Amino acid sequence: MEELSRSLAELKQTFRSGKTKGAAWREAQLRALLKLVEENETQIFEALKRDLGKHPVEAYRDEIGVVKKSAEHSLAHIKKWMAPKKGQIPLLLFPSKGEILPEPLGTVLIFGSWNFPISLTLDPLIGAISAGNTVVLKPSDLAPACSSLLSRIIPLYLDTKAIKIIEGGSNVAEILLEQRWDKIFFTGSPRVGSIIMSAAAKHLTPVTLELGGKCPVILDSLSGSDLKAAVKRIAGGKWGPCAGQACIGIDYVLVQQKFAPVLVELLKNCIKTIIEPTILLDPPLDAQIMSEEIFGPLLPIITLDKIEESIDFISERPKPLTIYAFTKNKRFKDQILQETSSGSVTFNDTLVQFICDGLPFGGVGQSGFGRYHGKFSFDTFSHEKAVLHRSFFLELEPRYPPWNDFKLEFIRLAYSFNYVGLLLLLLGLRRRFARNLNL
Amino acid sequence: MAVDAEAVVKELRSTYTSGKTTTYEWRASQLKALLKIATHHERDIIEALRSDLNKPEHEAFVHEIAAVSSACKLALKELHRWMKPQKVKTTITTFPSSAEIVPEPLGVVLIISTWNYPFSLSLDPVVGAIAAGNTVVLKPSEVAPATSSLLSKLLGEYVDTSGVKVIEGAVPETTALLEQKWDKIFFTGNGTVGRIVLSAAAKHLTPVVLELGGKCPVVIDANINLKVAARRLISGKWGMNNGQTCVAPDYIITTKEYASEVVDTISSELEKFYGKDPLQSKDLSSIINTRHFDRLAKLLDDVKVSGKIVHGGQSDKTNLRIAPTILLDVPEDSLIMKDEIFGPLLPIITVNKIEDCFGVINGKGKPLAAYMFTNDKKLKEEFIRSVSAGGMIINDTVLHLAEPGLPFGGVGESGMGAYHGKFSFDAFSHQKAVLQRSFMGDVAARYPPYTPWKLRFLKALLGGDILGIFRALVGW
Repeated sequence: MEELSRSLAELKQTFRSGKTKGAAWREAQLRALLKLVEENETQIFEALKRDLGKHPVEAYRDEIGVVKKSAEHSLAHIKKWMAPKKGQIPLLLFPSKGEILPEPLGTVLIFGSWNFPISLTLDPLIGAISAGNTVVLKPSDLAPACSSLLSRIIPLYLDTKAIKIIEGGSNVAEILLEQRWDKIFFTGSPRVGSIIMSAAAKHLTPVTLELGGKCPVILDSLSGSDLKAAVKRIAGGKWGPCAGQACIGIDYVLVQQKFAPVLVELLKNCIKTIIEPTILLDPPLDAQIMSEEIFGPLLPIITLDKIEESIDFISERPKPLTIYAFTKNKRFKDQILQETSSGSVTFNDTLVQFICDGLPFGGVGQSGFGRYHGKFSFDTFSHEKAVLHRSFFLELEPRYPPWNDFKLEFIRLAYSFNYVGLLLLLLGLRRRFARNLNL
Repeated sequence: MAVDAEAVVKELRSTYTSGKTTTYEWRASQLKALLKIATHHERDIIEALRSDLNKPEHEAFVHEIAAVSSACKLALKELHRWMKPQKVKTTITTFPSSAEIVPEPLGVVLIISTWNYPFSLSLDPVVGAIAAGNTVVLKPSEVAPATSSLLSKLLGEYVDTSGVKVIEGAVPETTALLEQKWDKIFFTGNGTVGRIVLSAAAKHLTPVVLELGGKCPVVIDANINLKVAARRLISGKWGMNNGQTCVAPDYIITTKEYASEVVDTISSELEKFYGKDPLQSKDLSSIINTRHFDRLAKLLDDVKVSGKIVHGGQSDKTNLRIAPTILLDVPEDSLIMKDEIFGPLLPIITVNKIEDCFGVINGKGKPLAAYMFTNDKKLKEEFIRSVSAGGMIINDTVLHLAEPGLPFGGVGESGMGAYHGKFSFDAFSHQKAVLQRSFMGDVAARYPPYTPWKLRFLKALLGGDILGIFRALVGW
């Protein structure tokens, strides 16, 4: 506990010193992180194998590759992201200059998750560093090999006065949550998300919650090679990432009754080589498997009379992190977009939205709030400060009391940006309202 | 009058599910209705504000009525553009594909308003919520009862009450509302209640915008046009609800050397604006109620600031009036320097050199706004770089609120989230990411069983390494 207070004090002091605000420091940390991942690839593969039995190809695709791509993207764009954005100021306030200046929030706390213990810890870290914050990382204790690997190597590469990693379980998390942070970033379940947000409320700490939800797949009528590709992608999206234990992994499939047998056959062909997948056809809707996020290799298939019924089915349930829809029907696509709500929607594929840096990654409703990836990571850990520069030159008399008719008319015209009217008023050529102003 | 909060939310959810509020037509019609309220009922609004706050008509028009009608007009003008999906570039990693970000409403939102600008701080967020296609409950502040009941009456007459409701009441009604599950809560008020709102929201994982407050500092450097600075300071402090404004200048920091000139200039301008007996001036608002009057009186009674009043100090409890009051050289541990003043008292902290101001400001919580009057480029840049605040202005006060191109919101203790202009629309929207893929271009490397070749390919693909992709494909 005492050590934690000392660590926090050090982080706050580092932040106050201004060191993390410069682009040079941020870029150096991002490069160091790239080196960390490159030079420790083998150890990372081993740790992931130990914790989750993850195959190196999956480990590269979902963990190492993601972190590398993210760090490189940030390095390429960080100076642009840090630059102030011009705000449009009306002529009325001439001469003035307005801008929106991104600044770091301060000292932030990041909770990693166990299913992608490397990328879900390091990807938010990239955002926090890019935005110039000091950071405490708390990796998940349910992936102990990765947690202890990160704990060992991060201090070897990154600035230990600005980035600290604290291991432990829920008791450590509780102690961390008692402190005051400038932001908390959490990936995990809605239940724990609510606990974290409640703790954050005491300090008015803003949070980003990346939660889960039952991500449905809508499978419209397709045929031939399209259908085969769709089924392959569905299988890949279900049993591919971490054996189904992914927030954006497919939870269940909605398909029209008459296509269900074909789907089951094609799926069985696809997954012959995967251990213990299980397909359930039309489980009862009030069964536990249909009420909670499955987060595992079981795939329920729900059959419907018409595929359009999938929209009501999904809308009646909490908003998921992603909706997947395999269809070539434009009207149906528009209907899905308009009539359902989810963190994101992907048409004709699964999971790949995760690697699009141009798309925000985050939930809505029960699947969370806030977002990251690409510039959204930078924004999530920044405060956009509005700055207005005014000159002493050119005074606007009607701003000041004592009030009168003229000043009120001036302001009325000013608010509609009626410059012609203003000019006429100033020249004494505009008739003022005969208003009973009680002045 | 007890409110059946659960029934209200149920009705609004059912309206929302019907899809009516997501159409452009509904949103535009509601925005027009709000605009009508602001333009056809000026007299009623001005009267309500005079009854609640003794707000001068000029202020009522500028800060309340005009603020709402500008917000409506801007939203009506831009709504099509704001509702349009935004195309996003995709990279070789997901080729072939197309991507866009589609804004959608969050659903059923709760807006809790406050008493100092009871009309505009109620309807300005409502404009954003409606523009974004949500159904809304507005809970105006009971501390401004005339405006609260006017809002209830006028909205009941003009807007679609199956989608937009006003619920009046005090703590019991607010508590009942906060127990429900909302898709967003927008709160304006103080930090204590802000924490309560955030805790309630946490139970349902409801995202919030909190517009709170803080002590907004004004740094006054030497070698400036002090007369203009003083006038802008006065208009931001006493010309806006007599200091009862979240972005009002709270305290001044200036050098010991310059302090007396600052005091003299502000005093002389104050007299020009409000006359020799400001308690009688019709251009100055009153204090909202006895509780706040007593709170402010207590700040002046603090033994640490006795003898520090250099201007003003007069008060009239019967009519709830306090004159513009300046205190010079208050100790940093006095009561008046502890919490947000929210009234017509202006303490001045003096420092040896002007750069010492940064230590003073950064020793307190992040404010909603920070101001500096200076012609010194280096000092200005240091200010912008090292002071964190919701927003900042150089050489003026408060005006940044009038600029819809700038986000208005706090950071740290002064709040989270922002609004005004398009930021209002965004505050009440979910920006949904949409990726469209083709069935072509299926990449075997994605699927198990995994092989070393697939690993090489993936490395190249994720790294955007086109040559690497080619080499992996041809087996190099």
